[in-house]
Amino acid sequence: MLQKGDTAPDFELNATPDQKIKLKDFKGKNVILAFYPADWSPVCSDQMALYNEMLKYFNKYDAQIFGVSVDSVWCHLAFEENRKLHFPLLADFEPKGAVSKAYGVYDDEVGESKRALFVIDKEGEIAWSYLSPVAVNPGADGILDALEELSKK
Amino acid sequence: MSTLKPEISSLDHIQGTDSASITIVEFGDYQCPYCGDAYPIMKEIEETFGHQIRFVFRHFPLANAHEFAFPAAIAAEAAGLQAKFWEMHDALYENQYRLNGELFEELAETIGLDLEQFQRDSASEEIKRKIEDDFDSGVRSGVNGTPSFYVNGTKFDGGATDLYQMLKESAE
Repeated sequence: MLQKGDTAPDFELNATPDQKIKLKDFKGKNVILAFYPADWSPVCSDQMALYNEMLKYFNKYDAQIFGVSVDSVWCHLAFEENRKLHFPLLADFEPKGAVSKAYGVYDDEVGESKRALFVIDKEGEIAWSYLSPVAVNPGADGILDALEELSKK
Repeated sequence: MSTLKPEISSLDHIQGTDSASITIVEFGDYQCPYCGDAYPIMKEIEETFGHQIRFVFRHFPLANAHEFAFPAAIAAEAAGLQAKFWEMHDALYENQYRLNGELFEELAETIGLDLEQFQRDSASEEIKRKIEDDFDSGVRSGVNGTPSFYVNGTKFDGGATDLYQMLKESAE
């Protein structure tokens, strides 16, 4: 798993069927990558639902959040609509899990991304990373602490 | 390990006395079904362990997922300004199955609030800010879903039933 100080590998992933997100287009902005195993986990303790409530916090730190899982764009679209998510979910779908692998957070046995967080600074360097047990929603305090730290620089 | 930030203060809604040996803080959402399930268990914990327990409730409304969560928190805070926070808190969970935009005034009337005052307070910025401060506290304390519990300032890894079980075992 990539750590603080590593360069964040660039990627190009679909957010919708006709919109691709390139990491390098976000130079000059902080980026949060939240890798998670799959869409459609239970609602109230859902990690993405929590981040959805926190966009204004992320904004304050000039940070853009992306959820990343191996689900397809269509699955993501349905999930976003159902949960009223207001940030992009990226489909690490083809080749399956390639970006998760590049960040060292792919679980080969189950074929899903692990539950992992990365905060990437404005120059594209990883400022903080965290691997959570798959069944545990890591919350957002770690992300905020990392962004807080970056804002002091 | 996640800890409660900021600590409990006079701004909090508190049941029980300062001398209680166990302080439980719940971050909850009035529309969240898991919080609804936790509500009677929290009551049972308070009854079973009596004066040993001090219970604090902070708001953590998932406003995008639950359209009535924030308005319900406002209703509870507005009732609080008439010293009836807990009456409204209980009424909201007991009527969660029929939560809607019209319920708040009905409950306000049932628990005997001054309705005009209640309506005025419900529109106040101060109440909105109080709820946002609670949410902020939750985020900083590592809340990852609702309900989240803190026991004597440290995040408890489990639901209300686990909490009851843990208290029972430590009392034995």
